[in-house]
Amino acid sequence: MANVSLEKVGKTYGRHQVISDFSITLRDGECFTFLGPSGCGKTVILRLIAGFEHLTTGEIFIGDRLVSSVEKGVHIPPEARKIGVVFQDYAVWPHKTVYENVVYPLQMQKIPAAEAKKRTMAAVEQVNLGSLENRLPFQLSGGQQQRVALARALVSRPEIMLLDEPLSNLDANLREEMRFEITALQKQTGVTILYVTHDQEVALAISDRIAIMDKMGRVRQVGPPDEIYENPSDPFVFKFMGISNFIPLDWRDGRVFVGESGSPLAYPIPADVLDRIRRHELIAGCRPYDIELTHDDSSPTRGTIRRVIYLGSIIDYRVALGMQEIRVQQDVRDAGQGGIPFRDGDPVGLNFLHLKWFENRGLTEEVES
Amino acid sequence: MIRKLFGNFGIAEILLAVSVLILVIVVAVPVLLILWTALFVDGSLNTRDILKVLSQPETYEALKNSLIIAAGVTFFSTIIGVFFAWLVSRTDLPLKETMKVLFLVPFMLPSFIGALAWKMLLSPRAGYINKYLSDLFGLDGSLFNIYSLSGIIAVETMYLFPFVFIQVAGALERMDPTLEESARISGAGLLTITRKITLPLMTPSIAAGALLVALYSLAHFGVPAILGTERGIYNIPTKIYEQIYQSGGSFVAIRTGTILSSILVIAAGLILYIQNLVLKAGRFQVIAGKSMRPLLLKLRGLKIPLLLFSILYIFITVILPTVTIFLVGSLKTYGVSFTLENMSLTNLKYILFQWKMTKDAIWNSLYLSLGAAFVTMIVGTLISYTIVKIKVRGRFILEFLGLLPFSVPGTVIAIGVILMWSGKFGINLYNTAWIIFIAYIARYMAFSLKSNSAALEQVSDSLEEAARACGATHWQSLKDIVIPLIKPGMVAAFFLIFLPALRELTTSILLYGPTTRTIGVAIYALNEDGETVYAATLASVALVIIIVGQLAIKRITRSRIKGI
Amino acid sequence: MTMSHVKLQDVTKRFGPVVAVNRLSIEISQGECFSMLGPSGCGKTTTLRMVAGFEDLDEGEISVGGKIFSSSFKKYYLPPEKRDFGMVFQAFAVWPHLNVYNNVAFPLQIRKMPKAEIEERTRRAITYTGLSECAETYPNELSGGQKQRIALARAIAINPTVMLLDEPLSNLDPKLREEMRFEIKDLQRKFGFTILYVTHDQAEAMALSDRILVMSEGNVQQIDTPLNIYHKPANKFVFSFIGLSNFLPVEIADSAVYIEGQHDAGPLNVELPPRTLERRLILATRPFEIDIIREGGVRGTVKRVTYLGDVIDYRVMVGNVEVRIQKNRIKEILREGQRCGLKFNRILWYEHQP
Repeated sequence: MANVSLEKVGKTYGRHQVISDFSITLRDGECFTFLGPSGCGKTVILRLIAGFEHLTTGEIFIGDRLVSSVEKGVHIPPEARKIGVVFQDYAVWPHKTVYENVVYPLQMQKIPAAEAKKRTMAAVEQVNLGSLENRLPFQLSGGQQQRVALARALVSRPEIMLLDEPLSNLDANLREEMRFEITALQKQTGVTILYVTHDQEVALAISDRIAIMDKMGRVRQVGPPDEIYENPSDPFVFKFMGISNFIPLDWRDGRVFVGESGSPLAYPIPADVLDRIRRHELIAGCRPYDIELTHDDSSPTRGTIRRVIYLGSIIDYRVALGMQEIRVQQDVRDAGQGGIPFRDGDPVGLNFLHLKWFENRGLTEEVES
Repeated sequence: MIRKLFGNFGIAEILLAVSVLILVIVVAVPVLLILWTALFVDGSLNTRDILKVLSQPETYEALKNSLIIAAGVTFFSTIIGVFFAWLVSRTDLPLKETMKVLFLVPFMLPSFIGALAWKMLLSPRAGYINKYLSDLFGLDGSLFNIYSLSGIIAVETMYLFPFVFIQVAGALERMDPTLEESARISGAGLLTITRKITLPLMTPSIAAGALLVALYSLAHFGVPAILGTERGIYNIPTKIYEQIYQSGGSFVAIRTGTILSSILVIAAGLILYIQNLVLKAGRFQVIAGKSMRPLLLKLRGLKIPLLLFSILYIFITVILPTVTIFLVGSLKTYGVSFTLENMSLTNLKYILFQWKMTKDAIWNSLYLSLGAAFVTMIVGTLISYTIVKIKVRGRFILEFLGLLPFSVPGTVIAIGVILMWSGKFGINLYNTAWIIFIAYIARYMAFSLKSNSAALEQVSDSLEEAARACGATHWQSLKDIVIPLIKPGMVAAFFLIFLPALRELTTSILLYGPTTRTIGVAIYALNEDGETVYAATLASVALVIIIVGQLAIKRITRSRIKGI
Repeated sequence: MTMSHVKLQDVTKRFGPVVAVNRLSIEISQGECFSMLGPSGCGKTTTLRMVAGFEDLDEGEISVGGKIFSSSFKKYYLPPEKRDFGMVFQAFAVWPHLNVYNNVAFPLQIRKMPKAEIEERTRRAITYTGLSECAETYPNELSGGQKQRIALARAIAINPTVMLLDEPLSNLDPKLREEMRFEIKDLQRKFGFTILYVTHDQAEAMALSDRILVMSEGNVQQIDTPLNIYHKPANKFVFSFIGLSNFLPVEIADSAVYIEGQHDAGPLNVELPPRTLERRLILATRPFEIDIIREGGVRGTVKRVTYLGDVIDYRVMVGNVEVRIQKNRIKEILREGQRCGLKFNRILWYEHQP
């Protein structure tokens, strides 16, 4: 119910500058995710917005209110920011019952008892913990405790909700369920959500927009999930979002080749891209399932099968292509249709269905940072 | 600009300042005063007195004895502690759980009361066992003489080996069994595994326990006082006491005491330093994640003999002395045989209800230890909170100050407290109960800090932050969240101090005045005056209070854990 | 017929009233990579420990290379230190007070081999596991993956004929887990030992094994190659354990198959199950094996669409029955609330049990 605005925000611990010159706006009512590897600073940003940490530079607005500013010497403490927070370890108070946990924010707001009880029970119902309000946390499962945390964060009708990797301690099935519940709750209440995680699957599943951060605290790309996935701005984003292959490109005898000693690349390449390949500026990125394998000579791009693994519905191949190995994944059904599946050592032709072009900027630095 | 200045002096900084102040006054200043007094006279370096004291044969003798006793006690405690720990954790000895509990009992009993009991049993000529054996075998002299270095070493070992036992048994139980299993599958038999894998991995725990024993023995007053002074065998604490007592508390004697104390402090410091080195070198992650049963040695034929041996050991070291105390305490006169007509409850009634000296002593000990425990608990919580939770720079000063008294022997604290509170800064508390009170706080603050820090560390930051996010101020979150969760830790700290304070002797022996005797002092005084029976009676009262207290702790801490 | 290398015959183990392993019989050939797969508590680790000798069986017999190691019939039990296995544990079990070299050399030193041979074998094992640069380092300075390599090196140093691995990769992070799978396979190829592998991760078992034994509550559910287990699971348990699954209650009426209670949605495009008199059955199918079509098929409404990058996850409601479908994102993406049809490609039949 409010937007969040960070302007030139910076945070330094001792000599370590975690974030610098960071500006971003979260729109009212959206589910915005900060996605990145551990240590990238995403949790620090959440804590700065919550008020658990002080800014080193910059300003933060929640709605129209200035909640943190170094220049103006403002720091509104967390308890006055009208936020709801869900922590990674749930942070459900072990000495209070479910009811006592959830009603606490209303008690802090000095809401009269009768109304507090009504709202608390409604929140408890909303997260499907209906008959358990008198239980103590140790009597609840991990998923149930997480729901208590959710209810507690929502009951005070906060302007924004901050969720710090709330699902990483749950098992896979439960994670899926809770993902959906979070999204559903958000739609019901219209609260703005800031979600922090390193799991790209969760980010894709729940977000309206994602900001991908690297280990240096830089934002690499901001956009809706499908845009991040389909149009990654650089190799780091591409690699982070899923299994990736990077194919070096060479220009010889007027054609594009795979790397310095590889075979020709057959792919419809637009003229301006060709120019850049000629100038050795580009590298190609490709997903494992965007590659077709053929037994025959129809493709000039040749490789050798190095390893075949049956993973049930998918077959996973390692294919030696030029000087490197790439991964190809085939649906078992498609493989069956194409004839006999491949075996170790088989020569194979590769058809690339979809390539992405990236600048060839010392790949390791791009991807590892 | 001004707001910036004041903005930085938040609650955190105030708490830090207050905590530092408390610790400095209570802990640091006494210790520093000792060093100061020892090293400087009227402002200039006092080498003359130092050398004089150090070169006296008495001093040299006392130091030598301290080291011999400490070395002997450490050696035997280690062997016995490791043996029993291994027996209880790594074999199929029957009745293991019972044995575990029994081996910890010596921990709870004051060692000087044990010394008292052994004196009654094994003093030459008058000792009951000696008399019995002499009669039995028709001997002229007596078989055992408890008034000896070996006697002191033996008695101290009986009461100190649990330090090693606890460390090693705990480590053995927590050790990842796959470390031994992987050795087994690599082809090693049980003896090879014990030699090459288990023992090396246990070294840090063994060292930790052994060094604790050494530290304690060096600083110990009670046993050498009861068993040594009669024959002129002194260690440093008893020597200090003798000097001060003989001179009637003269300042010269106190200064000599500071010099001797400094030696103690240096020795203690060395031991802790060595301990740190050993622990750092051998800091191994050996704790298991999954709980799997460790490798158990099948004792087969040795099962019953070893069980009997263990039970015999408990009997001799725990039951025998305790029973002796109770029995002697009910005798009408010392030396007569234990027949029903020679025993009565008159002594008990006299001690508890009639004799002012003992009544006062019991009362003093009770309120001093309860008071000290209470204050230390509260202050300890405050300081622990500052150390653990307030991320303010400089909190390591607090940690250092707080743990300092851990390594400072009770004798030294007593002297430091005397120096500080005997009029030097305008306040004279000498010979009052207050000086003992302050000494107790200094002595036991470290325990409170450790216990409360442990409890606080269990309360994850996110629990408080969640409260803040729900609208609670810092204070509200303390009240509603932190305090309820650390209550068990605070209660534990309370008892951790109350019981040791109740039964201690080393510190109060230097600080008591005519009306401020503690139980320990009273028992010791009675013994010195030859009132062996009354000493025993009072000792039995002390034992009963201690046992009741221990049971109360168990009951309370258990129910609190459930409550959460 | 080649004699099996590792043979378990009717092996049974009880803990009090609980039967942890129930009459397990396996025959593993020389050089085979054999996995035991199942949820925690199913008895796979207990079985491995019986083969290793850390537990003694209550009934049955275990023999390796024709030599009996444990037998209840002959009242024989050979202790672990005499079994010459290489073993890798889940928590690495690498000794912290010995450096890498001495960890790996330990089993060789125990066997009192000549010094030169110990040196040579240790160096070789260290090289093969990629640890040559840290031979003098102590384990606490190394990462989880490196510690596991130490454990591997130590196990292969004695050139064992059989390697026992107890969930060796579950304490490593996902990317490393994948890499180490291949390293283990490579080592097997190079040295030729038989592997007995325990895991709860079906992807791992599928990727590594020549054959898999799926276990539940002490009982064998199926022993077969990974592909066969995936495509022809013996029962519902195996089916659901080995991958994402739908179990749809169906009923047969008018010679057609309908989702139970949803005749309005239309019949399924599947053949009737062979030889059954049952009217109600369970139809099992994988989310990937269902096609979503515009017209025809079993009619349903898209309840939830989750974008997962390379895959789209759909929950389609046919009446009140939820069907889970996963489709490659290249295909067109539907929206929530949209009507669609379902076409089933690959199904299995199970009995309808309440």
